[in-house]
Parts: sequence; C-alpha cells; structure tokens
Amino acid sequence: MNLDAIREKLGYQPVLLGVVALVVSGALALAATSTHDAIAAAEAADLRNSLSDVLPKGFADNDLVKDVVTLQYKDKPLTIYRARLGSALKGVVFQVSERGYSGEILVLMAVDVDGKMLGARVLKHTETPGLGDKIEIAKDKWILSFNGKSLGEPPADKWGVKKDGGVFDQFAGATITPRAVVKAVKGGMLFFSEHKAEILGG
Amino acid sequence: MADSKAPALGNVMKEGLWGQNVVFSQLLAMCPAMAVTTSGTNGLGMGMATTAVLIVSNILVSMIRHTVSSQVRIPVFVVVIAGLVTVVDMVLNAWMHDLYKVLGLFIALIVVNCAILGRAEAFAVKNGVLISAVDGLAMGLGFTGALTVIGLVREFFGAGTLFSNASGLLGPGFAFLEMKLPGYGGALLMILPPGGFAVLGFLLAGKRAMELRQARLAKAAPPPAAQPSHC
Repeated sequence: MNLDAIREKLGYQPVLLGVVALVVSGALALAATSTHDAIAAAEAADLRNSLSDVLPKGFADNDLVKDVVTLQYKDKPLTIYRARLGSALKGVVFQVSERGYSGEILVLMAVDVDGKMLGARVLKHTETPGLGDKIEIAKDKWILSFNGKSLGEPPADKWGVKKDGGVFDQFAGATITPRAVVKAVKGGMLFFSEHKAEILGG
Repeated sequence: MADSKAPALGNVMKEGLWGQNVVFSQLLAMCPAMAVTTSGTNGLGMGMATTAVLIVSNILVSMIRHTVSSQVRIPVFVVVIAGLVTVVDMVLNAWMHDLYKVLGLFIALIVVNCAILGRAEAFAVKNGVLISAVDGLAMGLGFTGALTVIGLVREFFGAGTLFSNASGLLGPGFAFLEMKLPGYGGALLMILPPGGFAVLGFLLAGKRAMELRQARLAKAAPPPAAQPSHC
C-alpha cells in the first residue's frame, strides 16, 4: 500500500498526531535541557548587573550575590542581598512584585540601613509596549523618582500615583502599571521597616 | 497532499509584499498588529521576529506535507508552530540574550499569530520547501512593512516621535532614525486601540483606492475600445 492510501485510514490520524506531539515534545525537552545552563548564566549575569544598577556607584565593594539572607515575604522565601563597604553593612537589595496591567511586574529595590530608597529597577514585566513599558529605565526616567524616598518622606498616604493623591507621576494611557510599581515598592519598604533587625542582623 | 503547480518566484514575492499582504489584504494577525504597533520600532521588532518564525514554520510544514493527512493537519501545524516558537524563545534567551531582552516581549505573541498558521494552510502545505521559504520571507516582509507603517503613523500622531528607541532594537548605529516633533504632546487616542483601528482603516482605504485607480487605468489603456466616461 502506498502512503496516499494509508493516509486516509482512520487509524493513521491518531498515530500521526501522537507521533508529531511526541517529536515536538522531544524537541522542546532537548531545547530546554541544552539551554538551561546558558539561560541560568545569562540571568545570573543580569542579576549582578541589576544589583549594581540600583546601588549608587562605589556604594559597596562586596559580592552581593554571596552575602544573602532569606526571609519570608508574602508567604514566599525572599532573598535579600546585602551591600557592604569594607565590613560595614550599608544597605540591602531585594526583589518585590505586584500584579500590573498584564501579569507580574518584578521590581528590584535597594534600601540603605536607615530605610531610604537608593534606587529601583523593573526587572521583568509584560506591560503594553509603548504605554506601560515606561517603567523601564531604558524607556523613561520615571523609575528614578523613587530615589531618596523613604516611608516618612513622602508620608505613607502619599505613596501613590498622582491620580490617587500621591506624589508619583502616572503615564498617559497607563495608570495601572505605575500604580502597581509604587505599591510593590511601598510594600517592600514596609517589609524592610518591620523586619529591619532580622535583615540587617541575620 | 497534492502539490499545486509551482508558482513563480517573483509572483510569490509580489503577493507577499503587496497583493496578499497579511495585514492590508488578508486582514490576518489583527491581534499582534493592533497590540504592538504603538511605535514604528515595536512594529519593526515584531515583524522581524515573525518573519524568522514564518520562514522556518513554512519550511517545516512543507517538509512534512506528504505525511500529514488533511483531516488532522490543523492540530499538527498548531503543535509544530507552538513548539517552534517555544524553542526559538529558549534559544534566543540562552545564546542571544541581549536580543532576547528586546524581542522577548514579542516572541510569545507570535504563537497567537494566525498569519503563520494561515501561510502553512494556504501555501506551504501545497508547495515545495524552497518556494515555501520564499513565501515565508515575502509574507514576513509584507507583515513587517505593514506593522512598521501602522506603528509609525500611530507614533507620529500619538506621541510626536518617529522610531523612538530604534537604537535599542537595532543597535546604537540606528539612533539617526529617531526623530521627535518638538512641542507636540501627542494625541493619546492614537496610541490606544481605537487609534490602531482607525489608522488601519485609513490605510486599508488608501490601498483600496490605489488598486481601484490602477484597475481603472488598466481598463482605460486600450485606446479605441473604451472611452472613459469620467475622470
């Protein structure tokens, strides 16, 4: 029997579908295993870059990735990277997240030992290109408006976008995105002030 | 499946770029077309990523066209395309990480792009590998062009810029493309979805008017037979 005749048989269809699904799954598994290390390495390099991005130049001289403490935040373990200059603890860097307009927004934030913001950067988001992506430093300077802020300055009820009576700008066409970022950073600040002893001492 | 008569190379290019343009003629892939065309650069990025996937998916589909029966062809193509996009996503992330950081946002959107399934179904399944690759390239370039034009128009009226952030996508050497209209705040509506549909509508009308005019000119060309009743 030639292929044309076999192809019309009922039994051929599920077998074909099964084989295709199997082959594609195999290709995916192969791609996943062979890219896993490279992706992990690229993400680790990204992390080091971001860690040094949120801290002012010359702020720390240790390898932050090696000086970590892990605490529970929102029922999930949170890794806190600690920045030292010499042996003195100067500040900490950690990651917070909040649901934005379309999915989680990951924000990396740095706080000094007195609870003042050193800087923040958005690590990952899936916000609308051209609207919500102004939270990226590459697209807009907005994220720098967190620098120097602390829980008392501005007061807690001013930690919001201007539309909600706060001090942070929203973007034309995108309020939900910056609102989520502000909420994430505020949550991180509250977390830092509540667990200061554990974070700095542990 | 039986192959149709091999179409001419030049024809395939022309159809992809203009005659059967994915966005302006087939009106396919409206979801990514409306979603990412908030700037010319975004349209270009999405177009380039889609072109790459379209070429490879056309090649793969054309290769397996004799094995796949027509009854289950759609699920087979969907599995192949979704798998392909996921592999591209992982490979880019692993070995071309800088490019991935720019295009990564668009790659996930390619899976839902029905233009790719459309080309598999309408072309690759009936034609040889080489000509299918050419079709993928032509359709991809047509798609890229359409998205870039829509993106540029929306960006110009919506934000008063042209190709903003082009250097982020194409490298610092392309910073000269970036232009800004001074003293124009922009009309937000053009960036929002309604603006996308409005721009698409006007561009479609423009293309249609051009084609009608061409057809009329072609009809009017043989001198003695047809007397044009009006201009």
